[in-house]
Amino acid sequence: MKKLVALLLSLLMVASIIGCTSEQPADSKDSSTGTKTEEKAKTEEKAEEKASTEEKDTLYIPVISKGFQHQFWQAVKSGAEQAAKDYGVEITFEGPETEAMVDKQIEMIEAAMSKQPDALCLAALDSQAVIPLLNQADAAGIPIIGFDSGVDSDIPVATAATDNLAAAAVAADKMAEAIGNEGKVALVVHDQTSKTGVDRRDGFVKRIEEAYPNIEIVDIQYGEGDQLKSTDIAKSIIQANPDIKGIFGANEGSAIGVLNAVKELGKEGEVVVIGYDSGKLQQDAIRNGTMLGAVTQDPIGIGYKAVEAAVKAVNGESVEKDIDTGFFWFDQSNIDTEEIQARLYE
Amino acid sequence: MESRVMIKKSSLVNSSAMQKVLAFGSLILLVVVFSVLSPNFLTKSNIISILLATAVNGVLAVGVTFVIITGGIDLSIGTVMTFASVIAGVFITMWGMPIWIGVLGAIGAGALCGFINGFNVAKFKIPAFIATLGMMMITKGLSLVISGAKPIYFTDTPVFSKISTGMTFGIPNAVYIFFTAAIIAGVVLGKTLLGRYTFAIGSNLEATRLSGVSTQKWLIAIHTLTGAFCGIAGILMAARLNSAQPALGQGYELDAIAAVVIGGTSLSGGKGTILGTIIGAFIMSTLINGLRILSVPQEWQTVVTGIIVIGAVIADVARKQKN
Repeated sequence: MKKLVALLLSLLMVASIIGCTSEQPADSKDSSTGTKTEEKAKTEEKAEEKASTEEKDTLYIPVISKGFQHQFWQAVKSGAEQAAKDYGVEITFEGPETEAMVDKQIEMIEAAMSKQPDALCLAALDSQAVIPLLNQADAAGIPIIGFDSGVDSDIPVATAATDNLAAAAVAADKMAEAIGNEGKVALVVHDQTSKTGVDRRDGFVKRIEEAYPNIEIVDIQYGEGDQLKSTDIAKSIIQANPDIKGIFGANEGSAIGVLNAVKELGKEGEVVVIGYDSGKLQQDAIRNGTMLGAVTQDPIGIGYKAVEAAVKAVNGESVEKDIDTGFFWFDQSNIDTEEIQARLYE
Repeated sequence: MESRVMIKKSSLVNSSAMQKVLAFGSLILLVVVFSVLSPNFLTKSNIISILLATAVNGVLAVGVTFVIITGGIDLSIGTVMTFASVIAGVFITMWGMPIWIGVLGAIGAGALCGFINGFNVAKFKIPAFIATLGMMMITKGLSLVISGAKPIYFTDTPVFSKISTGMTFGIPNAVYIFFTAAIIAGVVLGKTLLGRYTFAIGSNLEATRLSGVSTQKWLIAIHTLTGAFCGIAGILMAARLNSAQPALGQGYELDAIAAVVIGGTSLSGGKGTILGTIIGAFIMSTLINGLRILSVPQEWQTVVTGIIVIGAVIADVARKQKN
């Protein structure tokens, strides 16, 4: 009996927690008087908020990223803040703790929408899962600007992103050049489910397969962008293929892992390391020659252009649908140039 | 009554000895199979790779063995490890303190987290699962707050990375530290009062308390010890990566607990050995290393590891039923 009561109680608790978190969509459906008044109060609140923003005459644009703790996202944030300053708009920048938390990101979007923003910038973790929300925003007349990675929908007015396929192909070309167009290479990628992971892998692999018949890709492994895991992965790859010529690390954590592996095995100079993204350790390695070079995106540009496009969309100006924010190859020869230095993020 | 206790004790010794033989046998079997399948497996440099890859997880696993033997669990070990590494980063790079103070600071930070876990579990009677889950979140958040969500690099103190990657007689220092920590843990668990009470609490907390042992005090001490081991793991990790990575750590607790379980320590408490845990940690890292050397796709590596963990628990249950 006691157990039954406990079970019921805990179920009740779970139900109430779920109730709390999904408050937003539940609101519109629930017809009980209690929630109705609440809802009414909320719309009033919203109206007030809206009025106050209109009064101040500043646009409010929430920016929802895939994360916030990586240097990359911090750089995107600083770009977004710069654009907000230049255009005199108010932004908020948030993202879930890990890039696997699709549900948390959805909650953030829901919360942002409830504040009746003028536009919304979004780097969707799951391009399918956000579609119902995008429809909702579309119906409410809130323009959506995608950034970093696209969404499988026509709703976003524009998407500001790096062409990862093209960028990884450049990494493949540089790898081929460095190893004399023949030999074994491998990849350490951050994951096999996200668009950036897939595009960087495929961009590299396709380029090698198309253009360099004498280069063999012996292994592709995934290290979650975790430096320690990627180190052990890269070490295993080198152990399994002692004659390997080069390894491509598809994001910062992967590239650092490959670097560590080469260092720990004393293969500096023997294995060509090419990275993606920047970061202090990659820059140091490129300066001292343990890493040949890396592809860097322009995260500040991504953040800036996303907010800029949002402002333009709100003001009814035309916006390019695909905003290519570009990428840069950097190595010992150009790392200290102004053009590159402005794009590197530590 | 006394004879029953005696019988229980002797069967316990037998089964744990059997477990060790079984676990060690599996490890040898793995090594043999991989050596046959790949000529690149049993090379000196790959063996060193496996030893080094085991160090961080091994120290965590050895540490959490204590808490698990008491019948508890510690889900915060991965993030406490990261928190400790961030503290070392703050001491050494931001405050410019000597490296040894940074190391002590990290171990102290880990021990403090363990102390709080122990206090919550023993005094406030919070279930260990919840208390340590909370600590997991707290340390994860604090690591990000303190570091400003940025990695802290030890590039200005090159000696620091030698703690892990420096070589002595051709073997990385991290491996010596791992074995030293394991030996200390083995002695503490096998030869000291703390070790004896760890088993007693895990076998029967109430009986231990009624026989006049201050179980609260000892539980706190045991959790503190586990936390200190997280601090050591944090140093090993930071030294190997030459940086404190505030976003890492979550998920490491599961690998460590898996190693403990494979090593024959029972999750219901009262039974377990450090040697078993070490073998368990080596089984996990050897398995993953071998599968990687054979270029087995990553998703299958995870599946196989999962099967091994379940297999270890089934073996444990089967032995218990026999007894």
